[in-house]
Amino acid sequence: MLSIGLGHYLTLAAIIFTIGVVGIFLNRKNVIVILMSIELILLAVNINLVSFSIFINDLSGQIFTLFILTVAAAEAAIGLAIIVVYFRNSDTIRVEEIKDLKG
Amino acid sequence: MIAHSVFFYIFSLIAIVSAVMVTVSKNTVHSVFFLILDFISISCLFIMIGAEFLGMIMLIVYVGAVAVLFLFVVMMLNVAEQKGQWFSSRWDGGTHIPVGLLVSLIIFFELIIVIGGWKYKPDLLNSLSINISTEVTNTRSIGNVLYTDYILLFQISGMILLVAMIGAIVLTYRERAGVKRQSYVKQISRERDEGVDLVEAERNKGVKIDA
Repeated sequence: MLSIGLGHYLTLAAIIFTIGVVGIFLNRKNVIVILMSIELILLAVNINLVSFSIFINDLSGQIFTLFILTVAAAEAAIGLAIIVVYFRNSDTIRVEEIKDLKG
Repeated sequence: MIAHSVFFYIFSLIAIVSAVMVTVSKNTVHSVFFLILDFISISCLFIMIGAEFLGMIMLIVYVGAVAVLFLFVVMMLNVAEQKGQWFSSRWDGGTHIPVGLLVSLIIFFELIIVIGGWKYKPDLLNSLSINISTEVTNTRSIGNVLYTDYILLFQISGMILLVAMIGAIVLTYRERAGVKRQSYVKQISRERDEGVDLVEAERNKGVKIDA
């Protein structure tokens, strides 16, 4: 309990990942919160990579975290741009009312 | 050791609580604030565990850029206050809440089972290529690897950022009517014949330039 090992970090990452998944599944408000949940999931992945990298003493995990960070930033920018365009066209970004794709 | 575990529990508790608050807040602006708190506590964990460069980069990229972008969009679209949330009052008999909770619980328990049951491949620790050296700083060792072994991935990630930038601009660009703007092509491709008109002027009479 007192000595923090790899398992603690992995459990933290699992909890945050699950919270992100729950946020995607149960969201009924707007799409921006879904994007934030995706950021949470990517954050959990980063926690996993960094803690493995530290605990098995290999630097590659941190490098890949850097790349994930890049992709996450790009994804947030594109997603928010799409949301802005959608809001401009249909005046809503509520998840329930987005039906254009007939999904 | 005690201090390490105490700080780990504090930071991870803050991270988990704020992650929950991101998903359940009624106000989207509050969600963004809790997202910022989440990123800050996780980057504190990274700094504590010894990946200080990544912790600082997380602060700069997420808190400085991504969260501010979210906040900007939320405030620009004026969607901050949304009526009804999950477990909402007008739950229309849909099954997505119980099914979603069930699936996420199953995902969580699968992750916990994996965390509890895995172990290293025996020759893993000998097969690692890039060991973390204790003599140079974290930033320096990342730089040593990133610009040599991973240079192609680094350049590709730069391309991804460029494509994202162009994509965001193209998506949100809107041609407005009635705005006067400069057209370089039109300016450069203008010839002498269309621009200059030679008029034979008669003596003692002015030249009438018709409009």
